[in-house]
Parts: sequence; C-alpha cells; structure tokens
Amino acid sequence: MTIPWLTLLIAAPALGAVLTALVPAGRGTLAKQVAIAFSLLSLAIAIAVIAQFELGADRYQLVEQQAWIDALGIYWALGIDGIGAALIALTAVATPIVAMAMWPEAEAEKRDPKAFFALLLAVEALIFTAFLAKDVLLFYIVFEAMLIPLYFMIGMYGGPQRRYAALKFLLYNLFGGLVMLAAVIGLYVQSVDAGNASFLLTDLVALDIPVETQRWLFLGFMLAFAIKAPLWPFHTWLPDAAAEATPSNAAFLSGVADKVGTFGMIALAVPLFPAAAAEFAPVIVVLAVISIVYGALLAIGQTDMKRLIGYTSISHFGFIVLGIFALTERGATGSTLYMINHGLSTIALFVIVGFMISRRRSRLVADYGGMQKTTPKLAGVFLFAGLSGLALPPLSTFLSEFLVIAGTFEQYRAAAVIATVGIVLAALYILWLYQRTMTGPERADIGATRDLGRREIAVVTPLIALILAIGFFPRTVVDVIDDGVGPTLAEVDVEAPPPLVSVTDHAAEGNDE
Amino acid sequence: MSPTPYLVLATLLFTIGGAGVLLRRNALVAFMSVELMLNAANLAFVTFARMHGNLDGQIMAFFVMVIAAAEVVVGLAIIVMIFRTRRSASVDDASLLKL
Amino acid sequence: MNSIMTHGLAAQAEVHQVVRDASGLISSTWLLIAFPLLGAAVLLLGGRRLDKTGHLIGTAASCLSFVMAVALFVAMLGESGDARAFNVPLWEWFNAAGYQVEVGLLLDQLSMAFVLLITGVGSLIHVYSIGYMEHDERRRRFFGYLNLFVAAMLLLVLASDYLILFIGWEGVGLASYLLIGFWQHKPSAAVAAKKAFVVNRVGDMGMVLAIASMIVVFGSSSFELVFAGAGDAPTSWLNALGLLLLLAACGKSAQFPLQSWLLDAMEGPTPVSALIHAATMVTAGVYLVVRSAAIYDLAPEARTAVVLVGTITLLMGAIIGCAKDDIKKALAGSTMSQIGYMMLAAGLGPAGYAFAIFHLITHGFFKANMFLGAGSVMHGMNDEVNMRRFGGLRAAMPVTFLTFALGYLAIIGIPPFAGYFSKDKIIEAAFADNILIGLCALIGAGITAFYMTRVMLMTFLTSKRWAEDVHPHESPRVMTWPLIGLAALSLVGGAALLYVGGGIVEWLEPVTGEEHHDLPLPVAALIAITLVVVVAGVAVAWLLYGRRPVPVEAPAGNPLTVAARRDLYGDAVNEAVLMRPGQYLTRSLVYVENRGVDGAVIGAAKAVGGLSARWRRWQTGFVRSYALTMLTGAGLVVVAMLLVRLP
Repeated sequence: MTIPWLTLLIAAPALGAVLTALVPAGRGTLAKQVAIAFSLLSLAIAIAVIAQFELGADRYQLVEQQAWIDALGIYWALGIDGIGAALIALTAVATPIVAMAMWPEAEAEKRDPKAFFALLLAVEALIFTAFLAKDVLLFYIVFEAMLIPLYFMIGMYGGPQRRYAALKFLLYNLFGGLVMLAAVIGLYVQSVDAGNASFLLTDLVALDIPVETQRWLFLGFMLAFAIKAPLWPFHTWLPDAAAEATPSNAAFLSGVADKVGTFGMIALAVPLFPAAAAEFAPVIVVLAVISIVYGALLAIGQTDMKRLIGYTSISHFGFIVLGIFALTERGATGSTLYMINHGLSTIALFVIVGFMISRRRSRLVADYGGMQKTTPKLAGVFLFAGLSGLALPPLSTFLSEFLVIAGTFEQYRAAAVIATVGIVLAALYILWLYQRTMTGPERADIGATRDLGRREIAVVTPLIALILAIGFFPRTVVDVIDDGVGPTLAEVDVEAPPPLVSVTDHAAEGNDE
Repeated sequence: MSPTPYLVLATLLFTIGGAGVLLRRNALVAFMSVELMLNAANLAFVTFARMHGNLDGQIMAFFVMVIAAAEVVVGLAIIVMIFRTRRSASVDDASLLKL
Repeated sequence: MNSIMTHGLAAQAEVHQVVRDASGLISSTWLLIAFPLLGAAVLLLGGRRLDKTGHLIGTAASCLSFVMAVALFVAMLGESGDARAFNVPLWEWFNAAGYQVEVGLLLDQLSMAFVLLITGVGSLIHVYSIGYMEHDERRRRFFGYLNLFVAAMLLLVLASDYLILFIGWEGVGLASYLLIGFWQHKPSAAVAAKKAFVVNRVGDMGMVLAIASMIVVFGSSSFELVFAGAGDAPTSWLNALGLLLLLAACGKSAQFPLQSWLLDAMEGPTPVSALIHAATMVTAGVYLVVRSAAIYDLAPEARTAVVLVGTITLLMGAIIGCAKDDIKKALAGSTMSQIGYMMLAAGLGPAGYAFAIFHLITHGFFKANMFLGAGSVMHGMNDEVNMRRFGGLRAAMPVTFLTFALGYLAIIGIPPFAGYFSKDKIIEAAFADNILIGLCALIGAGITAFYMTRVMLMTFLTSKRWAEDVHPHESPRVMTWPLIGLAALSLVGGAALLYVGGGIVEWLEPVTGEEHHDLPLPVAALIAITLVVVVAGVAVAWLLYGRRPVPVEAPAGNPLTVAARRDLYGDAVNEAVLMRPGQYLTRSLVYVENRGVDGAVIGAAKAVGGLSARWRRWQTGFVRSYALTMLTGAGLVVVAMLLVRLP
C-alpha cells in the first residue's frame, strides 16, 4: 500500500490542533510545546513530500482520490504541482516560526494560550488542504472554513479594536465566499450539462464553457480571491486586521493565509476560465497597478507601524496579481516566487515589529527613536527585513519583483513602468520607518530597552537564512515553480512574442567568422 | 351534491375564527378561534375531496387535525405558563418578545 | 564557451575581442570579491569580540584583494593585446521561462582598470581610516561596511550580466546608505542617507526597465548576447535602452537631474566621501555607459543625451563648488563637475570612452587625495568643516598641505600633473565633436581652477581664522602615508597611464574601440588656450580671496552665489515638484482611504444597520397585530392569484 503522503501532511497539524486543545487548562507551556512539536512534524512531512516531487513528470503528483459524495461527484482529491509545492514549503516553514514568535503574545493578552496555538495549527491544516485540493468544492470548503479559526485568532487575541477588525475580516471574506459559492454551483451546472457531474479540477478544466458564462463564473471566483489577496479596492479589511491582530498573527495572516487568494487566482481562476481571464486581464492589471502605488503611498502616510506594514503588503500583493494577469510565464513564475518571498519578508517585518512592541507597548512610530544605539541587533535585523521588503538584490524578494516587472513589460509596457514607481516608494516607506524608529539621538525614555533575546534570535535567523539562500541560489525554487506555471498558463491562449533579435544565431555566426 | 352550502359554512367559520383572533384579547379565546379557522379549512378540504371523488383532501384534513392537536398541547402549555407568571391571559400584555 | 564580442558600424572602429573561458589564476577572479565579502561578514557578525582587531581584519581583506588584483593584472599582461578578456562562470542563478542568468564574472581590460583603482585606492583609504576612526566606538562596524562596499563595487565592475551588475549596483547603494548614515545619532546623517538611497532608486527604475527591455529585445541580459545582438536591434529600442541606462547612471553618478543627494552625502565620515563619493561608486555611472558602448554606438540620440547631461552637470557642479564654505561640500561640487566631464567624454562615443575612463582613474587619485586631505584638516581642527574658520594651516600641517597641493595642481590641470593629461584630452574630444560643448568644457576648466584655488587659499594660505579652542596639528603617520601615496599618483599617474607601454587608450581599445577625430584648430593652440583659461581662473580667485582678508561670516553675495549656496535650487525644485505634492497626495489618499474606500464599506454596513433598526419597529410584540398582518398578506395573495387567473 502506498503511503497517502498528502493526507498525512494535512492530518499532522489537524491532530496537533486537537491535542493542543486537549491540554488541561493552566498548562500553557505544555500546549505551546505540543503545538510547536506538531508544526515541526508537519514541516518534516512537507519536506518528505517535496523531496518526492519530480520535475518534468506528471502535472499533479502524489495524487490521492477518494469519492466523498459520489452522487454529486465530490471527491477528497489531493495532488501537488510546482506552485503547490512552493506554497506548501512556505506554509510549513512559516508555521513553526510564527508559533515561536507567538510564544509570549497570548499571555500578554491575559488569556489561555492553548486556544491560540490550536487555532494556528487548524489554520495550517486548512491552508495545506487548500493548496493541495484538486476538487473545487473541497477547495471552496476549506477556503471558507479557514475564516472561522482566523476570526477567533484576531478577535480573541489582539489590540483594543480587535472585535471590530475580526468582524470586518469575516464579513469581507464571507461576502466574497458567498459570491464564489454561486460561481462554484454555476460551474457544477456546466459540468452536469456536459454529462459528467464532477467537481474534480481536471474534469472542470477540460470543460468547454461558453465565453459569456465564463465571464460571470470568473468574476465570481475573482471577487473572492481579490478580497482575500487583497486587491484594491477590496483591501480595507487588511490594515485593520494587521493593526489589531497580534504581530505574529498578522504575520501569519498576510504572510501565509492570504496567499490562498493569489494561489486561487493562478491555480483555479486562470486555468478554469482561460478566455475570461484573458479578457479581463487588462482590467485586473490596472487594479494591480493601482494597488501597488496606492498601497505604497498609504504606507508612507501611516503612523502605526503594523498598519504601515499592512499597507506595504497591499502594494506587494499588487505585484503578485500583476505578474499573474500579465499572463506571461515569466510574470507568473515571478508572482509565485513573490508569494514565497513576500511571506518570508512580511513575517520577518511583523515579528520584528512585534519584538519592538513587546518592549515599548506601543504600535506608534512616534513612540520610538534612536533605538539602534541601545539595541543594535534589533536594529540590524529590522534593517535586513526592511531591505528584503524593498527588494534589494540579491535578497530573494528582488528576483521575484524583477521577474514580475520583466514579465509584465512583455505584455503591458505602461503598467510595468508605473509598477517600477513602486520600487522607489518602497525605499521611501521602509527607510523612513527605519529612520524614525532606529536612528536619531538616543531617547532618554528608551534607554533601558534590552536587545534581542535567544528566542527572538531563533525566530529571525531561519527567516534571514532563507531570504539569503533563495536570493543567492534561486535556481531550484524557480525550476519547481516554473514546472507548475508552464502548464497552467498553457491553458490560456496568450503567448509572449519571441525576442526581437535572435541572438543565439548571431553569436553562432560570429564564431564562424 | 352541491358543495356551495358547505363552502359557505366553511367561509363563515373561517371569518368568525379570524375575527376572534384579531379582536379578542384573551389568549384562550384567540386560541379557540385559531382552532375554528383550522376546522373551517378542514371542512373545505373534505368538501372538495368529496366533490372530486379522491381522498387527498381527507388525508390533508387528518394532517391538519394532528398538527392542531400538537399545537394545542404546546400552545396551552405556554398560555398556562404565561398565566401563572403574569396572572393574566391577555395577549396584549405578553408583548415582551419585541426588542 | 568562446565567442566574439562584436560591435561598431563601418564608420567607427570595428572591435573584435575574443572572450575566453578563464583558466589558471584568472579562474580565481572571484577571490577578489570573496576577500572583502568575507571580511564584511566576519566584522558584522563577529560581535564585540572583534572590536580590538576589527580594523586590521578589514584592512587585511582589502589589501589581499589588491594583491590578487595585481597578480591578475600581471597575468593579463602576459596575454596578447586583443586576448585579454576572460569569462569566469560561477553558477547558474536561475532560468525563468527561457530567461537564463548566470552568476559569472567578466575580467577584461576595462574591469581590470576598475579593479585596480577600487582595491588600490580602497586599501589606502582603509589604512587611513584606521587613524581617522580611531576614537569611534563603532570602528569595527565601519570597516565591515567599507569591506561590504569594496565587495559590491568589485561585483559591479566584474559582472558579466546586467542583472548581476545590478546586484553590485544596489550593493554599493546599500553600503553608501549605511556609511552616509554611519553617525546615525545625527538626524541630518540619517536623512541624508535615506535621501541618497531613494534618489538612487529613481535611477534604479531606469536600470530595471532597461533590463526588462533587454529581455524583450534580446531575450537575455548577458553582456555577450546583448552586445552581439545590438547590431540587429531596432534603433528606437537601442535609444530607449541608452536613455534608461543613462537614467540609472544619473542616479548613481549624481548627474543632473538626480544630482541632489551627493552634497548631502558629505554627512558621512570623510574616508567614505573619499572612497565612495569621489573615487569609485559615483563613477559607476560612467562605467555603465562605457561598458554599454555597443548600445550607445548605435544610439545617437541617447549619446547626445549623455553629452548634454554631462555638460550641464559639469557646469552646475563647478558653480556650486565656487560658493560652498564647507570644504567637503566644495569638493563634492567639484566631484559632480568632474564626473560631468567623464559623462561628456563617454557620450562622445569611441572617441571619448577611453578618455572618460582615463579621467575617471586620475580623478580617483587626486580627488581621494584631496578628500583625505580635507579629513586630515578636520581631524586637526576638531571636525570643523567651514573654510572661513581655517586659514594659514600650511605651517601647522605641512604634509597635508603638500599632498593637498599636488592634488590641487592635478585637478586644475597644470602640466605635468595627472589631471592635465586626462582633462585636456576630454576638452580636445569635446571640441572635435561640437564647438559649443567644447567651449562649455573649457569654461568648466576655468571655473575649476577658480574654486579649487579658493579652497586652497581659504584653507592653507591666508591668515588664521581659527576658533579659539582649536589647536591644529598634523595627523598621525597612518593617515599621512596614504596621503603621500595618493599625492604621488596625482603627480605621475596621468603621464604614466598615458605613455607607459602604449598607455591606457591602447589598453582599453579592444573594449571601447578607437576613433580619431579632427580638431578645428591645432592641438598645441587648444592646450595653450586651456592653460590661459586655467591661469585666469587662478588669478581671479587670488584677487578675490588671496589679496584681501576672508571674512569669517559669509557675505551676502550676488544672486548667483546665493543660488549656488543652495545647490542651484536642486533641493528646492525637488521639494516643490516632488516632495510637497507627494506629501499632499499621501495625506489626501489617507483621507480618501478612510472616508472613501473604507467609508463606502462602512457606510454600506451602517445603512444596513440603520434600515434594520427602522424595520424592527414593525415588530410590536402584539400578537393581534401580527395576525392582522398575516391576514392582510393572505388577502393580498388571494387578490394577486385572482388577478393573474382572471384573464
């Protein structure tokens, strides 16, 4: 019997969530240890899964398919492709790091930490399922189910406005989910009409849906993903959630959980409705460019550090969406790489800001200043995370941002040019934040702040190491992603023109001379 | 057989019941008026069943009777509870469900 | 993989150079970068343990790199003149949908010249910094940043692909940011650092778009493929590429209109100003243009733009240099102006590339020399930078004075000092291209003579105007020896580079091509005219500053002086055109976000809430009113059914 690796991968954090919840009340440390142990176990399984992934082999690998509701054609169908592998890796790596960063946060809110950690693992299991699901209804179910634990994580542990933020998060995403449900049903009707009632992604992609129908269904899916991702103008829940959730929860939310939205765009919306995607691409490209510039400008105008990072995420999500809907292989590869890199750098930024907040009990930029004198290590890692946020080469974020711009430039010149304004604005918001918090004269009231502790160093070290490693040696990651992106984009009939000058021929001629 | 007299009677009973529900304040009377309306409906059902010569209407009448019996059990219990706590069976006094 | 880099049109010199795969010593070229990179990593991660020895480790890393550079140079000299280019592939970076980038180095005559300049001058400045930063508690970190800079700069000039070059390009930007803001506790330093980085990023937009265009046109960004394909590419694309690269160059090299950061960058420690903001990093733009010769050769409009930018900047920088009382800012203005000369030369095409690099190297010598001299003066004067508080330092600091004087003679172009040879060649080439541009370059030379004489007079000659508690003294040996070394290079560097073994023009010819030009008037006459203009500049400065006492307080000055003191309103324009509207835009967007985008959503939520509050009143709680409603409803249904049925 073959081992159902993908089900195992989902089961590990799910089991962890249950066990963490069963830890007796008052034994917070044990709950945390159980949670971290299970997140590490998931990481190990994820590594085992990705190690089995073969480049250039089947489109979906390690496939598992089990009828769930046979009459309706609903399956427990899992499979992994290059895009999924990349995002599984991000989720598996990020969860233990976030869990470690969360360590002191629940107590700071004077609440039992076990629920916080159990919910985190539950979200991890659901995110894994979303990245692996090869059944559209299964994807939809986990896409929506994810909202419940996230709602409680924001609403129970967080700042003074957390209830408002949690409700806003829930309503926005539920609204998108509802519209998507209608589209899912519409899609199912199409498959029934075709004579083969099935929710399987492979069956649905094979359908030949008329363009008018595609348009409506595509919009239904896109709305849910655009809210989740979030794309301008559906973004306003994110700054509130980022500001009110605890720093590591905000890191997990915008660094990992929101990637389900952009994943949905590239893995569902584009291959399911290729004609509609190509038709709406110019509109979405415009929205993405607005997101990039708008998010960056608003980040510059913020006074709250976590809100500021929330807006930078909106700008970065703009890049991700731009790369996907440029509908070039280079752009989409860059976007998928961007999802990973944005995850790493945003998590780093949020948790480091969390370290600062744990020292000063304030989210406001104005309450900081001159910290690099007393806390040089904190300042150093903050600058590093900031530089990765502004995509400084050779940090990993640079390559993804560049590929997105280059991929967009092939199809939409103007959009690419405007998107590059984003790289100037990124320098401005990051360095201005650094300048206002870390540099300047030493402030008397910050004098006694301690520098990074051992747990904090353990949190940021893997992030920094990964950002550097992917930056210097991105080849394997890019190859894996390209392996998934290539066939996905092949569904769309948009081909990038070949280079104007065929250089290789010329070089060969040169050799003959 | 002409169904008209039966239907007229059913209409009268229904009207009396409806007027009772709308006009009387005592919960018990209102309740009995509801029963009257149900029975008016039953009469109509049975009449039409007889007229068309199939049993659908009769069956429906039995259903209504069963439902009415169940309703009476729950409804009377509620009315008795309200009367015990508030010492009144007037429906206008029991308006506490509004927000 | 052997290939031939070919570019040039029939009218210009054909350039053929075989690029061979490296073997032997040359395949270890990466060590050049590895030494300082390792040094930086050790120093920055090593912690307090290394505080005592950090500066030695840093200096050793830089010196090792220099030794390696010399060894490579010797190895290169052993090859024949047109076979001195080597590919040093390291690893494949990535391959995204057919766009393949290899992390590799290209060691040829051009990069060799830069490598020697960077490691040579860099090592001297490392040594100098041991003394200059002696009392700074964060000296270890300073050397770490310096090493990081050297590594990034070497990567910039050695890269064999535009995207790899961009890594070095941003790396030097980062090092520059860290070093300008080294004294972070000073808000002005932190602001200046951020400004430098952000303005450079504007230039980076050009670089990113240029590389994106290369992918569209050539499907690659490697030098080899881009240069090989340039001949077949449409001219419009080549012009666009040239202009985008020029934008990048303007940011890095502080050329008009992105010049404003360089003067503020003087907030950094003086060795930084000498190494990064005079000798090496700011000249990266010139390197970029010369390296992209194959593109510019075929893009006449872009080349004209380069010439114009260079000419405007050389005059602007010179005028700004005339009015500054801060010795470092006066020198920074001069740096802008001299890089303007290099840009101008680079824009002239094959006729000027070699001279641009020639001037770049001699400028590296004499400007680093003068900056370090200025640092030495500040060291002895309690960090005073205002030249109106100097005067008569000749006696107190004889070594600094003499070395500075050699640099001075070099920059104003007195034969036989280094600057004479390089600048004269550029003026000649400019005249050959266009009389007007030539005249501008000539006038620039006169102004250079004026402002440098002014600096010289106000600092070392004239009467003492020191503050009371200042006791000037000569700097320690560890600082004066690098000064002496650089002064010697300022003295003989020009002649040596031009004449020894065929000279730099012949050395670079395989990379840049060569073109002979016809002057409108005899060379000797032009040299004579140039010298007369230079002497006139010196004389005017002498009349204004040498003959009469220099006031301690700056006089009001004429409108041009006032404008020059304010950097010719560069910052004012930026503020009026970019910053103010930007701030306004940001603030209004925050308003729009809260009231408009978010407001619409919140508004919708409130509307729903309000509506349901209104409708809730219908729920009176009276059973009989509910019954009435039901009855009415039932009646309505019956009526509706009847209406539908009737016809």
